[in-house]
Amino acid sequence: MKANVWYGREQVRVEDVPDPKILNPRDAIVRITSTAICGSDLHIYDGYIPGMMAGDIIGHEFMGEIVEVGPEVKNLKVGDRVVNPFPISCGGCFFCQQSQYSLCENSNPNAWLAEKLWGHSPAGLFGYSHLLGGYAGGQAQYARIPFADVGPIKVPENLSDEQVLFLSDVFPTGYMAAEQCGIRQGDTVAVWGCGPVGLFAIKSARLLGAERVIAIDRFPARLRKASQWADAETLNYEQVDVAEALQVMTGGRGPDACIDAVGMEGHAHGIFGSYDRLKQALMLESDRPPALRQALMTCRNGGTVSIPGVYGGLVDKIPFGAVVNRALTLKSGQTHVQRYLKPLLELIEKGSIDPSFVVTHRLRLEDAPRGYRMFRDKQDSCIKVVLKPWADVPTVEADEVTASGRILH
Amino acid sequence: MATDVTQQGSGRSRPQYSGFAGLESGSRPAYQRLQRGRARVDAAESLERGLGWFSIGLGAAAVAAPRLVCWLTGLRSPTLMRLVGVRELTAGIGILTQRDRAPWLWSRAVGDTFDLAALSVALARRGRRGRAAVALAAVAGVTALDVLAATRLTGSRVGRTLPGASGKTDIYLERSIAVSKSPEECYRFWRSFENLPRFMQSLESVRQLDERRSRWVAKGPMAMRLEWTSEITTDRPGEELGWRTLDDSGAANAGSVRFEVAPAGRGTIVRVSLHYSPLGGALGAGLVKLLGHDPQSRIREDLRRFKQVMETGEIPTTQGQPTGRRGLFGRVTEQWGLAQ
Repeated sequence: MKANVWYGREQVRVEDVPDPKILNPRDAIVRITSTAICGSDLHIYDGYIPGMMAGDIIGHEFMGEIVEVGPEVKNLKVGDRVVNPFPISCGGCFFCQQSQYSLCENSNPNAWLAEKLWGHSPAGLFGYSHLLGGYAGGQAQYARIPFADVGPIKVPENLSDEQVLFLSDVFPTGYMAAEQCGIRQGDTVAVWGCGPVGLFAIKSARLLGAERVIAIDRFPARLRKASQWADAETLNYEQVDVAEALQVMTGGRGPDACIDAVGMEGHAHGIFGSYDRLKQALMLESDRPPALRQALMTCRNGGTVSIPGVYGGLVDKIPFGAVVNRALTLKSGQTHVQRYLKPLLELIEKGSIDPSFVVTHRLRLEDAPRGYRMFRDKQDSCIKVVLKPWADVPTVEADEVTASGRILH
Repeated sequence: MATDVTQQGSGRSRPQYSGFAGLESGSRPAYQRLQRGRARVDAAESLERGLGWFSIGLGAAAVAAPRLVCWLTGLRSPTLMRLVGVRELTAGIGILTQRDRAPWLWSRAVGDTFDLAALSVALARRGRRGRAAVALAAVAGVTALDVLAATRLTGSRVGRTLPGASGKTDIYLERSIAVSKSPEECYRFWRSFENLPRFMQSLESVRQLDERRSRWVAKGPMAMRLEWTSEITTDRPGEELGWRTLDDSGAANAGSVRFEVAPAGRGTIVRVSLHYSPLGGALGAGLVKLLGHDPQSRIREDLRRFKQVMETGEIPTTQGQPTGRRGLFGRVTEQWGLAQ
């Protein structure tokens, strides 16, 4: 089969590799019809995720058709159309039983490695380093799904791939980020980063009853999406002082909740931006956290800072005094995707949300390297790239004007 | 009701870091051995700290007033004396602030030999012999203390890293894991010895000889093959299994696995205690630890696999999945089974 393989910093190649096989009784094999590049894949692309090995197949947002099931998988059969969640969860351990699927105790075969870095090990993930299990990812024509009786959800035929694909990660991730804010009537939520997760967090905050949502980014196309699609007020941090603007907008109190949808490769201007880049380059900190710092400093007293953005290791100059003295609540975690599949699929079926709005580019799997570059550098106003592993027609790309307008086939 | 709960809590259901159930009487509980070890450490500690402060005092003097110290000791070069001062300060700070003091104490001892050499040269010269002789005697005394403290620390290192070890070749370890199944289920699976190779990675087979005795075959470090006969010493269904080896096969060990009720329906704490003499003594123990074959890591991973089998019915793996071309690092890692 063809698969997108990681070989090092800014080196991904689509190559022929062997097809996956059933290795355990609860495995299934899926023929992938759509797969996406996630913002967190860019951290791998840029070489910031520890525990990657040359030759790893990456990608964790995928869906398709079941083509083979292991003897212990009773709830799926060949031919089922499914979306697959990115965490691998056994369903039987302490955490799975409490619906905290991304903390599964059993699915990471390299748990001891993660324990060295983080104290304890979370669940294994698809295509996201050997620290998190070393599982082959889903930017490929086929994938093996462990614990297939727990993860994948069957989706109805009347919904298109792009309407349901993002159930695999970014939609539940944005939703959980907003849910963790404990939004109450009249609340203002500020969201740093208007990539796919940020946009879904903004939309979810609206769905969960936020009075106002303030979107922060520096790319006009992304801010436009936030304002048009989710009715957010927008701040371009290249043009305004965000801290001051948030003060003015909220009567000096600050947003009731802040969401950091940026993560470890945050961008900032001026001396602090250069400071973080230098420290990261010298390996004195592993992650650059300017968005997190600002979220902590601007959030109102007693408010919640929710962090769906990925951080991998150590960050520097975190104003923890603000957390303690102003009684902030921190919420984070890899998404417990399995918990959200059913309710969010219902929202899509009801028409409350159409996740395909984030898609800006559709490429063949072979064009994955170009997709990564384009997405990382925000060329052509790129927000979300969907890859088609079985398309043999020439690549069709949508641009900002026709965003989500044209569909391949 | 509350009393009942308290009594139960102090009984078999409370997880305790102590135990050595399953061994015959006569062996001291682990915590007693730990305490005795600690008293010895306290006495040594005051000597080590004393040497640390001595280093700092001497170093400060040599840096601040090198000429005066030169005059006192009969040495000539103030520049060299300053360097000696810096060396002393470094060693002193190392001894007083670092958790592992042994290398800093050894660095002092090495510095001492240098000083002894320098003073001997001074002694051979005419003029300042008296002061040099006194200094030489003083440094010789301090050297003896440095070597004493450093060797003592180095000798006790095995005891410090492996809790409860009573001697250099006698190792005790304890490891536990929480499993979301009842103690009865966990006991039943473990008691059927033919199940053990499923989750004990280095075990090849277990053959039951009679009611109490069984024959074990395992892969040892560096492709060695280990075989031994084991006898059950304790068997309390749903609670505990204890064993010891009968023949001296180089894998002599005794231990127990206990199945403790976790509170509020949270399943079972499975606790393994193991007492063993490693092949090749302390050195051998260090070597197998480097190779990742030490019992500590083995038991940790085997317990994890036990949990996986109990809770999921299988052992999650990626061995056999497709990959792109591995580099040298990846091939070595996979070959050695270091990570999946």
